[in-house]
Parts: sequence; C-alpha cells; structure tokens
Amino acid sequence: MDFAFMLETLQRIAAGVPLLLQLAGISIAIGAVFAMLLALMRVSGVRPLDLTARGYIFVFRGTPLLVQLFLIYYGLGQFPAVRATFLWPFLREPYWCAILALTLNTAAYGSEIIRGGLLSVPAGQVEAARACGMSGLLLFRRVVLPIAVRQALPAYGNELILMVKATSLASIITLMEVTGIAHKLISETYRAIEVFICAGAVYLLINFLLIRAVHGVEYWLSPHLRRPPAITGAPARA
Amino acid sequence: MNDQRQPVLSIRGLHKAFGTLEVLRGIDLEAFEGDVISILGASGSGKSTLLRCINLLEVPDAGDIVLAGEAVQLRQRRDGARVVADRAQLDRLRSRLGFVFQSFNLWSHMTVLENVIEAPVHVQKRPRAECIAEAEALLEKVGIADKRDHYPAHLSGGQQQRAAIARALCMHPKVLLFDEPTSALDPELVGEVLRVMRGLAEEGRTMLVVTHELGFAREVSSRVVFLHRGAIEDDGPPERVFRAPASDRLRDFLASHLRA
Repeated sequence: MDFAFMLETLQRIAAGVPLLLQLAGISIAIGAVFAMLLALMRVSGVRPLDLTARGYIFVFRGTPLLVQLFLIYYGLGQFPAVRATFLWPFLREPYWCAILALTLNTAAYGSEIIRGGLLSVPAGQVEAARACGMSGLLLFRRVVLPIAVRQALPAYGNELILMVKATSLASIITLMEVTGIAHKLISETYRAIEVFICAGAVYLLINFLLIRAVHGVEYWLSPHLRRPPAITGAPARA
Repeated sequence: MNDQRQPVLSIRGLHKAFGTLEVLRGIDLEAFEGDVISILGASGSGKSTLLRCINLLEVPDAGDIVLAGEAVQLRQRRDGARVVADRAQLDRLRSRLGFVFQSFNLWSHMTVLENVIEAPVHVQKRPRAECIAEAEALLEKVGIADKRDHYPAHLSGGQQQRAAIARALCMHPKVLLFDEPTSALDPELVGEVLRVMRGLAEEGRTMLVVTHELGFAREVSSRVVFLHRGAIEDDGPPERVFRAPASDRLRDFLASHLRA
C-alpha cells in the first residue's frame, strides 16, 4: 500500500470534515427540537395532533433519505410558488437542501425515540410530582423531561451516529464533504480502495469521538444507576 | 380552643365510580387539627381511592372537599365528567397536603436531599438555603441524614419511605395522607417507618392513614374508620372500634387480620 498517497488523501479528505460537522451538527440540533415537538404531539392525546405527527413520521421514516434529498433539491424548484418565497435563496443552495432533508429525517426517527423515553417515565413519579403541586411546564421540566432524556439517550446516540454517516449522501447533490471529496479523488487517481479506506477512517474517527461524548453524557446523567458514594465512618452493611 | 372545632379537612358526599364500578358511595369525613385517622378496609373497599380523591389524583364524581376552609373548585365538563376548575388552586391545595405513596415514588434522578427540597423550592418558591437546612433537619428526624446525597435506588424500601415522608413534611402540609405506607416493605422494615409515623402523630400532626397495620391503628390513631364497598361502616375511637365493632363485616375483618 502506498502510505504516502494515503497520507496525502487523508489530508485532502480532512478538508471536508468541517462541512460534514456542519451538516450533522445543524440538522441534529434543529432535528432534536422538531423531534421533541413531534413526540409531544404523539403523546398529547389530542387526536389531530397525534395523527399529523403519525403521518409525518410514517412518510419520513418510510422513504429513503436519498429520495427525500432528491425531492427537496430537484423537486422544490419546480414550483413557482416556492421560487417566489423568501426561502428560495436558501432552498436553491444544495447546502440548505441537505440540511433540510437531514433535519426532517432525523426529526422523524428522533421523535419515536423521545416518545419511548416519555412513555417510560414511571407514572408513580409523575403522580408524586402532581401530589406536590407540580403541573404543566414545571412538572415537565423538573420530572418528566429529565427522566425521559435519561431513558432515551442510548437510543438517541445511535441516531446521532446514523446522522453522521447520512451526511455522506449530501455528496450526491454536489456538496464536497468527506464522501464528495473522496469521489473526486477517485476520479482523479482511480485508486478507489485507498481513498475509500481513508474516507471510512475519517467517519470512524468522528463516530468514535461521538460515541465517547454520548457515553460521557450518559455517565454524567446517571449517578443514580451507579454504586452509592461511600460514607466515611459508616459501618459496613451486612 | 376555638379552632379545635374547625375541621382542617372536610369531605362531604364523596362519590367515585370507575366505569360502572362504584368505588366510593357517599363518604363523609371530617378531620380536626391533630386527628390521626386510620382508614381500614378490605382490598377493593375504596380506601386508597378515597385518599387519592382528597388530593384530586382522582376527581370525585360528586361531593365536596374543603381544606382549611377552602373548597376545591370542580366543574362539570360538557360530557358530564367533572374536572378541576382552577389549576392554580389545585396546585396550591396539593402543596398543603402531604401524600405518602405505597410505592414511595421518589424521583429517581434526584438525590434524597434534592427530592426533599424540590417542591418547597420550585412550587412554594422558598429560598433554597432555608429549604436545605430544613430538609437536613427532617432527614435527621426520620433517621437517614447520612443518606442525603444518595439516590433512591441506593436505599432500602424503609429508607425510601422515610425519605418520602421527609419530602412530604418539607412542604409544611396541613394534612398528611398515607396510602398504605408499609405495604410494599419487607416485614423487618415496617417498624422503622411506623416509628416515624408514630412520632409525627405524637407531634400533633393531622394524618389520614390507609393501612393494614392494626397495631398502628389501635395504638396511635385517634379515630378508626372502616370502609366497606365504598361506604363508611364504622367510625370511632380505636378502643371502642376494636372492642365492640359496629358491624359483622368489621368483626370478621378484624378477626382475620389479627389472626394473621
């Protein structure tokens, strides 16, 4: 194997990392907010809201991200109405189309993960909060959300990893992120194996760091699942 | 004393049905300052539902609940179900009723101390430092001061229930409601919780206790209420109720529980 070539390839591919992180970061951040809204609609018990969220989730989980990306990038511009809105300067940019597609997609998956977290909050703990005079936003903020987040985090970590990998699809609509640069290098050099190994290594490294970060957050949020702190001077329990 | 005759809690004509099952059929009950009322009854007699209706975890179908002179505002929805009319009032009234659950229901993501100060700080908006000082004193009182930074999962059932009692006390409740506080505990842990409750009774706190602990009912409470199929069958001082039960069913109930 030509290590000098691979080193050079890695350096050139690394130039795509900031774009990758932007695509993933922005869509994950906005997508998480949408996901929370969708999850709340699902558990609201209000039928029109529930059905709307269900329909949305059905469509965006049931179709490939690639198809969604194409529809947004090539499809939206077909409508004069879309071209007439203030959004057009954004929607004609592949960058924003990719972010939009990724955001809408992760919102659908994320909402089901969050819904699972919300449903796993023990009813007794909610009841205890009500019995203490908590309700509405206070109850949600202090009791429901913290417990739901802890439940949902491991599965949400999975979704974050999928999102990092899903950014590779943005290369299809001309964006020069890691996979886009890799394609370009291959067409220049015809050395597909080395280039894709490098590209794969970059994703692996990013996801390694991401997994470490998610584990760190999990650890920080779950002292209640670990062994209790030792009490100095206390007699050992039989 | 004058206010001695003004009931802290007064329940009139309470009805509650789940579907076609009538769980409460017209309950009248008054609790005065310092009363310790044990509520006995076979399972399914409605005693837990009664307690849950008092702080509106269940909304009664009919009847009034008056806490310290303030009546809970309920209104009829269009479909006939009754709902709470004023959420702010409900939250306020609930914060003056301490509720202790059979299954403790401590918040699993908070330490014992955080559990105790949560409602005083966030519902009653009292200064945090003051609440922490009071919480520490209460944990001392229930005998788990050394567990203040532990999470509920690290405590035994008895310790969790004592933490839950401290949590209820820290809100300065007018009335303490106990819903079978020792039923989920291993037998050897029941005593430590009952001791704490006995201490509270001796302080003169107003308590409603749904329980199967006849010893507690007989020795600690000032009144015993026996519920059968959603109605009060006997109501009186423990000496009289245990010596001369008013109904055959209470006699059978006492006989079967004392033997066990």
